[in-house]
Amino acid sequence: MSRHKLVKALDLDEELDDFNGGAESDYDEVSAGDREQLRLGTIKVREMLGDESGITNQEIEDSLWHYYYDADKTVTYLLSQMSNSQPKKSKKKKTGDGKAKAIGPSPDDVVRKAQNTKKPAPKAVEQSAPPTIGDKSINGIVQGVSEITIEDTKVKGKNLDVLAEFKKSKPRNAANFVVIGHVDAGKSTLMGRLLYDLKVVDPKTLDRYRKESERLGKGSFALAWVLDQGTEERNRGITIDIAMNKFETEKTSFTILDAPGHRDFIPNMIAGASQADFAVLVIDAGTGNFESGLKGQTKEHALLVRSMGVQRVVIAINKLDTVQWSQDRFDEISQQIAAFLTSAGFLAKNLAFVPCVGLTGDNIVRKADDPKASWYTGPPLVSILESSEPVTRALEKPLRLTVDDVFRGGVQNPLSVSGRLEAGSIQIGDTILVMPAKEAGAIKGIEVDSEPSEWAVAGQNIILHLAGIDAKYLKSGDVICAPLAPIQCVTSFKAKVLAFEHITPMHCEIHKGRLHAPGRITQLIAQLDKASGAMIKGKKPRLIKPGSVARVLVEVDNPIPLEQGGRIILRAGGVTIGAGLVER
Amino acid sequence: MRLIKQSIDRDGSGNITLFPEEPEDMWFAYNLIRPGDRLRASAIRRVTTESATGSTSSQRVHINLLIAVEKLDFDTQSAQLHVSGRIIEETKYTKVGQFHTLDLELNRNFNLEKKEGWDSVARNLVKEACDPVKSADVWAVIMQEGLAHLAVLTGHRTVLRQKVEMTVPKKRGMGRQGDHDKALEKFFQTTMDTLLRQIDLTETKPILLASPGFIAQGFLKHVLESAARTGNKALLAQRSNFVVAHSASGYLHSLNEVLQTPEVLARLKDTKYARETKLMSDFMESLFKDDGRAAYGPREVEQAVEKGAVGRGGGVILISDSLFRSQDVCVRRRWVNLVDKVRDTEGGEVRILSSTHESGKQLEGLGGVAAMLTFPLEYLDEKEEDEDLITNGDTNVITS
Ligand SMILES: Nc1nc2c(ncn2[C@@H]2O[C@H](COP(=O)(O)OP(=O)(O)OP(=O)(O)O)[C@@H](O)[C@H]2O)c(=O)[nH]1
Ligand SMILES: [Mg+2]
Repeated sequence: MSRHKLVKALDLDEELDDFNGGAESDYDEVSAGDREQLRLGTIKVREMLGDESGITNQEIEDSLWHYYYDADKTVTYLLSQMSNSQPKKSKKKKTGDGKAKAIGPSPDDVVRKAQNTKKPAPKAVEQSAPPTIGDKSINGIVQGVSEITIEDTKVKGKNLDVLAEFKKSKPRNAANFVVIGHVDAGKSTLMGRLLYDLKVVDPKTLDRYRKESERLGKGSFALAWVLDQGTEERNRGITIDIAMNKFETEKTSFTILDAPGHRDFIPNMIAGASQADFAVLVIDAGTGNFESGLKGQTKEHALLVRSMGVQRVVIAINKLDTVQWSQDRFDEISQQIAAFLTSAGFLAKNLAFVPCVGLTGDNIVRKADDPKASWYTGPPLVSILESSEPVTRALEKPLRLTVDDVFRGGVQNPLSVSGRLEAGSIQIGDTILVMPAKEAGAIKGIEVDSEPSEWAVAGQNIILHLAGIDAKYLKSGDVICAPLAPIQCVTSFKAKVLAFEHITPMHCEIHKGRLHAPGRITQLIAQLDKASGAMIKGKKPRLIKPGSVARVLVEVDNPIPLEQGGRIILRAGGVTIGAGLVER
Repeated sequence: MRLIKQSIDRDGSGNITLFPEEPEDMWFAYNLIRPGDRLRASAIRRVTTESATGSTSSQRVHINLLIAVEKLDFDTQSAQLHVSGRIIEETKYTKVGQFHTLDLELNRNFNLEKKEGWDSVARNLVKEACDPVKSADVWAVIMQEGLAHLAVLTGHRTVLRQKVEMTVPKKRGMGRQGDHDKALEKFFQTTMDTLLRQIDLTETKPILLASPGFIAQGFLKHVLESAARTGNKALLAQRSNFVVAHSASGYLHSLNEVLQTPEVLARLKDTKYARETKLMSDFMESLFKDDGRAAYGPREVEQAVEKGAVGRGGGVILISDSLFRSQDVCVRRRWVNLVDKVRDTEGGEVRILSSTHESGKQLEGLGGVAAMLTFPLEYLDEKEEDEDLITNGDTNVITS
């Protein structure tokens, strides 16, 4: 009866075979012509399957019959049956040479199968990952990680009272700031200059950058290379992803998050801004440049950082050399920017303006030495940065860290993640939970600002070396949290949104720091009063206009870690359409 | 699809015999066949026999079955259509009332008789399906760093074929750039391998590569370089079929934007998806103007038609084909009547959009139906709205 079983399994719809279980009738066996077809077909299928398939002739014949002697379909089917009934291991086995196309359940099958069974996504936390290939096992990062067994999870910790340790350590002031502004405003150059003048970057390195960038015909970007380390970034003279650099002043240790200005890379800028305590907005004072920048990312960036909770902005009005240090120009730009920023919800007392030239270092670390700049009597940029108030840290809250990057931290540390600790504290030996994978792992090493440490607390930029968890459970945008107080994952949530553009029920991307996911606004629930946040009675909105506030329902395909009060950005078609607060 | 035989009475009842020739035709069949219809097609049944000695053996036989359709199941990836229902005609091997699933096959006739008659939408669909001029398929690879969606656009469908997702470590300080570049290279290679498994290099179909930044460009460079390195002539010959375009992200819904970029439009103008994309973006533009000339959602649109605003002189109704796939006959009739009214009585235009194209999904988000009006209308007085909230079971959402 094994044949019967197989035949049964063949049918996509089992009911098909319910037919007449006991009916008996007389009719001919397979005709001679059919038999010949079957024989030829079996030979062909055998050839395609190879010898090791372990599939019987009977099985092949049955499938051939079902598929009208179509050998390709038969092979596909048999292989899918095989991979269904065998442990996953067999899938990875290379199925030989040139025939690989027809053999080995191609990733296509995996996807296809997943889609066949696709039903409306249940609103549950647990959900299988979307069908993908190139899963991280292909990635070099993972090699070696799989060997780690559960025992390794038990990393010995010292059970420190981290908060007491932290107090004992007499922490310095620390602050992250994100450098924002329109493309080519001179953000990277300015930061490169700042790091150079503070001797964080030595002259030899800069010399090398000078020579190499000149060779590429990009000599004017030598200072920017301090931040722009990417191959593509250097070849093209444009920042693509956030660069993180540290420097210390007498009072404070700062971390620069140099954001890209180009609109294509706003998702990266959002990731950087989400880790910032305040922002430095760089503006190109050049004729026409300020104006076009204002319409472009100067405005968008400023609105974005505001929506992400940044309250303080230092405005560096840059490239003043190109307008002969004109005080009028500086005043004009300052006024316009101040007006715009206050209308966007920044308090005037939280804004500071400084005229500067990043390229030469005027008013960056030292005062400008250009005589034309003598009208400016205020402090240089660095001094303004120093006057920033210390950040409050969410030390007592449950652990939260949004993964900025997943990478190989070295030979000893095949799997590491980096990010800013948003809340809580952590120490070596702790068990953590990765969401949305819901996988536990152990902390086997910690680096705080690139120095090894036993522990870390909220507000610090850290690297965690992990053990006992496979790399495939981790990606940037995931949240690492305390197993006892995990972040929830949602597939649908309500949000109070400030519209930047017109909003209707529509497709969009949801951004929260490094996390981004495709989703949809499925319902415009209510228009809200901008000042009070109260619902405007009456009309259910059919269109949310730019500048107005509304409550909307958002849905995503796969669960994302998001909690009440989380600040999200909604984008569509490369444009920020709104920013909001997760309600529940 | 070939029309083999057609006998439809003036009252719309009757049957049609069709001959599906390519996978795409299964999609048409899926849209055409409705629960309640009678479908005749070839099938295989397993028959158990008992010999004189009492031993039983199992056989499979090809037979023609007539069923009353109850359920349809379409597999997007393989374009296979399974139609199930009760057998309504006795054969040598089957009895009336037995349940059966017919798997429609290419190159085999099927005959369809409509219970509710052949309405305008069904008849148009047959006409469209049998139109010998086919719009060419297009491949699209929508990418961002570490993420790629491979889709194929046929005239009437967008099918996501594959998603590639890999971790690409970000840049991190001195000397570590190698990790990023290596991972990116690997990502390109995987995406390329995946693409090559999908496309047939002997055909010349446009292959759209789109991404933010420089990923698509970098990918094309990788493809051509490795084709040159490995001496893959067939792939090198595809060079002119690649079109690099901009997209805001690597998610599939960015396809909408890609189909509107000039480079792409130049290649695809006059294809159904390009037209539908344009139509949707025109509608959105009109909606954003907020001048009362754009209606969306079933109730708004029906009101607008009622008031004569979707007629001659620019009235257009956009409707998703999914509305006609409703299992409920009454629902289908509601939409057929609406489009008939717009076309025949009002003199407006009717555009039925594929729900699988991104433009169609956008329309689905708006309730599956929208209209551009010939004169502005005010929407929704408060009374109606309250009803709406109640019918949605949604009253609690406004109480916070
Ligand atoms: N004249 C003058 N040129 C400058 C100044 N600062 C930067 N530049 C030039 O402006 C160009 C862009 O500089 P970047 O530092 O790459 O600009 P960016 O804002 O980091 O650009 P993205 O990161 O790509 O948005 C380079 O050619 C710089 O040499 C300045 O103060 N004066
Ligand atoms: Mg830069």
